[in-house]
Amino acid sequence: MIDAVAGKSRGNAVFTRRRVINNIALTLSMAAMAFGLFWLIWILFTTVSLGIGGLSISLFTQMTPSPNSDGGGLANAIVGSLIMVTMATLIGTPIGVLAGIYLAEYGGNGWLASFTRFINDILLSAPSIVIGLFVYAIYVAHIKSFSGLAGVVALALIVIPVVVRTTENMLKLIPNTLREAAFALGTPRWKVISKITLRAARAGVVTGILLAVARIAGETAPLLFTALSNQFWTLDLTEPMANLPVTIFKFAMSPFKNWQELAWAGVFLITMGVLGVNILARTFFSQKNS
Amino acid sequence: MDTATTLALPQITSRQPDPKRPVKSQSALGDTIFLNLTRLAAVLTLVVLAGIIVSLFISSWPSIQKFGFSFLTESEWDPPAEKFGALVPIYGTLVTSLIALIIAVPVSFGIALFLTELSPAWLRRPLGTAIELLAAIPSIVYGMWGLLVFSPVFAKWIEAPLGATLGKVPVIGKLFQGAPIGIGLLCAGIILAIMIIPFIASVMRDVFEVTPPMLKESVYGLGGTTWEVVWKIVLPYTRAGVIGGIMLGLGRALGETMAVTFVIGNTNLLNDISLFSSGNSITSALANEFAEAGPGLHTAALIELGLVLFVITFIVLAASKLLLLRLQAHEGTKA
Repeated sequence: MIDAVAGKSRGNAVFTRRRVINNIALTLSMAAMAFGLFWLIWILFTTVSLGIGGLSISLFTQMTPSPNSDGGGLANAIVGSLIMVTMATLIGTPIGVLAGIYLAEYGGNGWLASFTRFINDILLSAPSIVIGLFVYAIYVAHIKSFSGLAGVVALALIVIPVVVRTTENMLKLIPNTLREAAFALGTPRWKVISKITLRAARAGVVTGILLAVARIAGETAPLLFTALSNQFWTLDLTEPMANLPVTIFKFAMSPFKNWQELAWAGVFLITMGVLGVNILARTFFSQKNS
Repeated sequence: MDTATTLALPQITSRQPDPKRPVKSQSALGDTIFLNLTRLAAVLTLVVLAGIIVSLFISSWPSIQKFGFSFLTESEWDPPAEKFGALVPIYGTLVTSLIALIIAVPVSFGIALFLTELSPAWLRRPLGTAIELLAAIPSIVYGMWGLLVFSPVFAKWIEAPLGATLGKVPVIGKLFQGAPIGIGLLCAGIILAIMIIPFIASVMRDVFEVTPPMLKESVYGLGGTTWEVVWKIVLPYTRAGVIGGIMLGLGRALGETMAVTFVIGNTNLLNDISLFSSGNSITSALANEFAEAGPGLHTAALIELGLVLFVITFIVLAASKLLLLRLQAHEGTKA
């Protein structure tokens, strides 16, 4: 901004050129920002405008219908998704928190901790469809049946790296003086960690868990070969289990009008749910930390 | 500091009088259990990774044994005849990811520049969050939106004009020929670009922020423009981190499944090099065929596809991580 004035007053060709380049670059930067926001707004607008019409009581009370029939809802898919996401979170969270504690409190820069940290960050971004294949290969292929339980295992494997990463980061933010004060009172280490550092880092750890929930709630790929899907109501985890993402996939790819409408309603539910949890996690974290 | 406190701990407890003994051994037991429990959880992460590689390798062994290296170079994929060559899906995965990078890298750079240098302070957080929310939208939503909303618009307003202009240029014209039907490699690449922009942009923003203000202010003091500061100071300083962020985005693009499956067209043919034509990616082939594949060679070949994908993404993500670690070490010495 200062150079703009300098360029004008001196009338120097070099200054003018630099000023022009600067202005072009900054304009393009703003355009890039607008480009990013444009897609977010378009996608959210579509989701709301096409999905909100499908919202009704029957969406939550009725089963997935057969093609080209009237009515029907997504009750079995919604319940199936809730069950699998809850169970996967309950299984994945303790393991993730414990591993995060090891990395932050015990591991230091030892080879095991460094290596685990490295591998964990890779698993964090690894293709989720490969996790599905893995569970298929070690579990589904042996019992020869798709099942809700296999879906839970696949989702839990996705939860773990997310929780490990945030737990470690949050524990590292706790000042060492807090630990030292507790040690000075003769507190055993496990009590210092579980009663003091972990408690101080609670808001951050909960944020991590919420982000993990948001991540698996929309995951489709790892469920394709594990939980598959189910046209009918089931609470039996040893059977294929209906779930929102795979149902949306099947319905959206179909040519049937009523299925597509239900798919849009499902997309609306899942997007609002995931974005809601995300925003909740962020505000929760910033409030607790301020 | 940590080690000093733990070394001090046994001394204190050993001086405790006899009646306290049980308490001490109890806490020592608690410590042992807790340490091993957390260590077990950490080791589990390593076991999962090893398990993925080993189990995929074993499950795809029939296919590896039968086709060997030609699996990667043959393009014929014919389940009834039990002939499997993965060239078409591998090509689809690489081309769509490349298109995604070509679009996403400059845009992400622009966004990071805006967020670190241009944006008013009060807008920084909301705008940053908005971009990060792009990453939170589930990929199935991108897929359904891409197929039913984006691709018709894309065919009419982007593909048709591109075909009419660039399609007539001698060499690169081959990339933009054919019917503008919307779905295809180019469409998949663009949707992938939108999906990876938040990942690359947030890494870039984070590494731009670690540039010492002193360095930037020195150049501003010499009369440098904002663009010169970013291009000649910030970018060279954070080069390793920026490349790490790009690799992270590439890793994401390679493994993305649902969005690509919706819009890539799902055909196992490779007739021309036009980006308008339908194709297949590793992930879309898996998503479409796996549940219906009969046991035996077909399943094994599909799992081998998954193994190929995992190996590629593993290498890309490991490189990304190493580059980001290098920037961190660099930062440590400067501080």
